[in-house]
Amino acid sequence: MTMSVSRIAQAVAVKDLRIELRSRIVTNQVLPFSGLVMVMFAFALDSDDVLQGVAGGLVWLATIFSLFILVQRSFAIEVSDGALDSLRVAGVNPQGIFLGKSISLFVQLIALEVVLLLTAVVLYRVSLGGAGLVLLVTCVVSATAGLAFVGTLYGGLTAGARGRETLLPLLLLPVVAPVLISATRATEAAFTSNGVTVSEGWPWVAVLAVFAAVFGLGGLLSFGSLIEE
Amino acid sequence: MMQPTRVIDFVDAVAVYNDYPALAGVTFSVDRQEIVLLQGPNGAGKTTLLRACAGLIPVVRGSAHVLGVDIAIDRESIRERVGLLGHQNGLFAELTIAENVDFWSTVVGATRAERDAAMQRMSIDGKLANRRVSELSAGQKRRCALACLVVRRAEIWLLDEPHAGLDAKGRDEIDLILKEAASAGATIVVASHEVERAQQLASRTVSLVAGHVRGVS
Amino acid sequence: MTTTELPAIKGVGTQATRLYGVLALVALGWVFVGGLFFTPEDVVQGDAVRIMYVHVPTAWTAYLAFIVTGVASACWLLGKKHSMGFDRVAGASAEVGVAFMALTLISGSLWGRITWGTFWVWDPRLTTTAFLFVTYLGYLAVRGLGGSPQQRARRSSVVALLAVLEIPLVHFSVVLWRSLHQEASVLSPDGDIKMDGIMLFTLLFGVFGFSVLFAWLVSHRQRIMAMHDAQRASALEVAMVDRLQEASS
Repeated sequence: MTMSVSRIAQAVAVKDLRIELRSRIVTNQVLPFSGLVMVMFAFALDSDDVLQGVAGGLVWLATIFSLFILVQRSFAIEVSDGALDSLRVAGVNPQGIFLGKSISLFVQLIALEVVLLLTAVVLYRVSLGGAGLVLLVTCVVSATAGLAFVGTLYGGLTAGARGRETLLPLLLLPVVAPVLISATRATEAAFTSNGVTVSEGWPWVAVLAVFAAVFGLGGLLSFGSLIEE
Repeated sequence: MMQPTRVIDFVDAVAVYNDYPALAGVTFSVDRQEIVLLQGPNGAGKTTLLRACAGLIPVVRGSAHVLGVDIAIDRESIRERVGLLGHQNGLFAELTIAENVDFWSTVVGATRAERDAAMQRMSIDGKLANRRVSELSAGQKRRCALACLVVRRAEIWLLDEPHAGLDAKGRDEIDLILKEAASAGATIVVASHEVERAQQLASRTVSLVAGHVRGVS
Repeated sequence: MTTTELPAIKGVGTQATRLYGVLALVALGWVFVGGLFFTPEDVVQGDAVRIMYVHVPTAWTAYLAFIVTGVASACWLLGKKHSMGFDRVAGASAEVGVAFMALTLISGSLWGRITWGTFWVWDPRLTTTAFLFVTYLGYLAVRGLGGSPQQRARRSSVVALLAVLEIPLVHFSVVLWRSLHQEASVLSPDGDIKMDGIMLFTLLFGVFGFSVLFAWLVSHRQRIMAMHDAQRASALEVAMVDRLQEASS
């Protein structure tokens, strides 16, 4: 009997998040790491004006650095005891695996970004109004969906390969460049940094949504052949 | 659906692993409900043969049929009906036994009753079920992995060194489980170094040497 | 052990590749002589304009190479037989493309240093080109991941098609980003070149020459890959014989 994609996705996502809650890699390691990155930026740039101007970019840069760790962790769960092999032998629909792993990555990234954005508000003293908040939430959701999709896609490709720790950033960095650019501009608009108005941020959210749609679809179509031997 | 009695049928099958002909022309067949022992030295191709039967590694030459399907052409359609337990258990260490079995039940669409029956067959009681895999002994992990295999209702069980790392009691348990599974309708292929033990279990022994079948007894 | 099973290919040249080779040599010879000596210097750019005769053709060829990689990957993926020839062409073309793109970036930044006074500007075209370069470095790394030839072909063709999706997104977001800034206008000297006949002729000859050079390199490279695959296959045959002897001893 073949199970529906959504049931498989749900089971995979719940399983990943439960493992995460128990191993606490994100809360105990990734969050402190990205928080530290934010503090280090403040040391390096050492000026309130500059920090307010670049706050959006720093949040997204810290998110993308953490993405590499999260993706590696997400697939280490699957390959450490051969579970991915078992899933393939069992003929479990790879689209369900792709969606499930994307959802769990999405949830973890959102948690991370909320903390990073709060850090930016506190440490870099950026301001956020009501219209800005709406823009920011939309931007975070669409950017994170895109990051979760490409992260899962390239994570599956490099899962189990030799030298994956170094290969993953090489593959992912150029792909996520549009997300970094667009999310940074939209976040700047939400913070009204550098004299940008909130409404100028919306076209960037459109880019983020297109990105998420393209790689979500691309991932659904290709994930199966990427994890196959 | 017609149930062929010959469920695995390899003729001169060649499978390549890391540019090396791990199977260099294997002729090998298994009938329904048989328990067959694969034995042979390390590097003889036992693991590759099991992985090829599961459709994980392509057969590049010769013919290979599993459950009547030519796996040189179609490696996917047999997968739901074949279960492989390799050197690794395929379990999630941070989850409990119950959660692992639940996960597998959900992704393959097993019912609650099937899940409970699987746990019972592996004599996993309520207390054991709620322990995390990382805390278990090797034998308990194996039983959990077998429970995951059972919920998948696999018709063919391919087991790679199922006795490895287990104590005498654990090995006896595995043997009992395999006998029960065979009488319940499963076909079982076991690769094992424990030749004497496995010979008692198996109806036939197939010896692999250097990627070829050298003897059947 | 016998060596007779190795394929009897002596070289990777054919009548056709020798023709390409001669054509490329003649065309590039003209670009060298014409570009350095016969063409005049530009009113605005001076001698720096001569870099263009290499820069523009290598850029064109690099883009052509990546289009070939994309098309060959699609052919491999969609073709019923999954012919390995397409995979080899995709890989060979990407290798040559990466080399030409490196030449493009180097010659472009040298030209920029002379003309604009800076090695690099965040112009959309430049930025996209740099991303394209890194993306295809990643593609080549994926080809080097190991596994069977089929696995390599499957993975790398999917990555090549994902790159085709990615590049317009990168380009579009960079264009949108740069449109907020006005610095891109430094590019305008590029459009101000008054091309006289011999300059245009040399440039077009350069494009032609580099395209033929590309074809020459790719056909050789993919034949070398084919020989490598054949060698792997024959090593497999030797190993098969060894295993048979071992099994029957």
